[in-house]
Amino acid sequence: MAPIFQQGSEWNLLAALFIGIAFGFVLERAGFSTSRKLAGVFYGYDFTVLKVFFTAAFTAAMGLLYLNYFGVFNYELVWMPTTYVVPTLVGGAIMGVGFIMGGFCPGTSMCGIATGKIDALAFVGGIAIGVFFYGVSYEWLWEDFRLTTNIGKKTMSEVLGISPGIAVLIFIIFGLFVFWLVDKVKKEYNIKDVEY
Amino acid sequence: MEDKSKKFMNPYLAGVLLGFVIIAAFFFSGEGLGGSGAVKDAVRTTVAKIAPSYAENNNYFKSAVDSEHSPIKTWLVFEVLGVLIGGVISGAFAGRLKLMIEHSPKISSKKRIIFAVLGGILFGIGSQLGRGCTSGAGLSGMAVMSVSGFLVVAAIFGTGYLAAWFFRKLWI
Repeated sequence: MAPIFQQGSEWNLLAALFIGIAFGFVLERAGFSTSRKLAGVFYGYDFTVLKVFFTAAFTAAMGLLYLNYFGVFNYELVWMPTTYVVPTLVGGAIMGVGFIMGGFCPGTSMCGIATGKIDALAFVGGIAIGVFFYGVSYEWLWEDFRLTTNIGKKTMSEVLGISPGIAVLIFIIFGLFVFWLVDKVKKEYNIKDVEY
Repeated sequence: MEDKSKKFMNPYLAGVLLGFVIIAAFFFSGEGLGGSGAVKDAVRTTVAKIAPSYAENNNYFKSAVDSEHSPIKTWLVFEVLGVLIGGVISGAFAGRLKLMIEHSPKISSKKRIIFAVLGGILFGIGSQLGRGCTSGAGLSGMAVMSVSGFLVVAAIFGTGYLAAWFFRKLWI
């Protein structure tokens, strides 16, 4: 039964390293070490991010669901975030602006550093400054706010009142629709590729 | 000239492979993937080491002072080390390892660096408030179909599109 390795064990840390290597390898393969490709998703000249991101999300969602059906995976035993509606939305909005200004998100910036992008290094320096600022201002800005609108460890199927399988199916159909839509948008508006 | 984009993997194939990596993370370790957690851990540990008395009295830095280290943070640190290694391996195979400041030809390197730092700062703050970044809260959250994951992804991409117009000169 998953998880295979005990939390905090040395085997688990070794697994973390190898999982990270696979993660970094795939991100770089997909072209996520370049900020200009990543930013393309917001200007319509390159929708790679959206395609990789959503394909990964519903592949994983479907895979974990199947492992659960097979009885080797239990959602209760793994990481599952508690949903704090408003802080999550505000945090996401702040990150969205950070994404368009910096051209990276934290994971992809690590990948950018790996391939020698100095701007990625600057971005990670920025993250450290941001985390520091958050910590210093924690007690008077964030501490109370971050705990508001707690709805618990909710999944989409629970909130929508449908079975987990149907929820994943809807997610996949939605994803496929988005893929079709973005390709159509790029074609329809004749958005040119950008050289990088 | 060789077409550079040819060297990138098909996005759907990359997505499926990335999905398998996420499944592996949950299956073997019970964890989701992350990007910002390692930086968070580094900052907190640094503050706790340099200014222990300040960290003791700050609710955010306090837990980093305790001698017993939270295992999940360390997991994320090892995972991010792996990301760096994996990125170097893939970049080396594709011939993409090159020291550079990458930016649109319409802006200067200096401007690119300034905005990269500013964007990083916002991501640093936002990821703490949103309990994770695009990978940690978004991708991993959606993998377990958590409401939190979908909310954060909608907020990141939604705001990104809204703000894109204002920052278009940086990219196009």
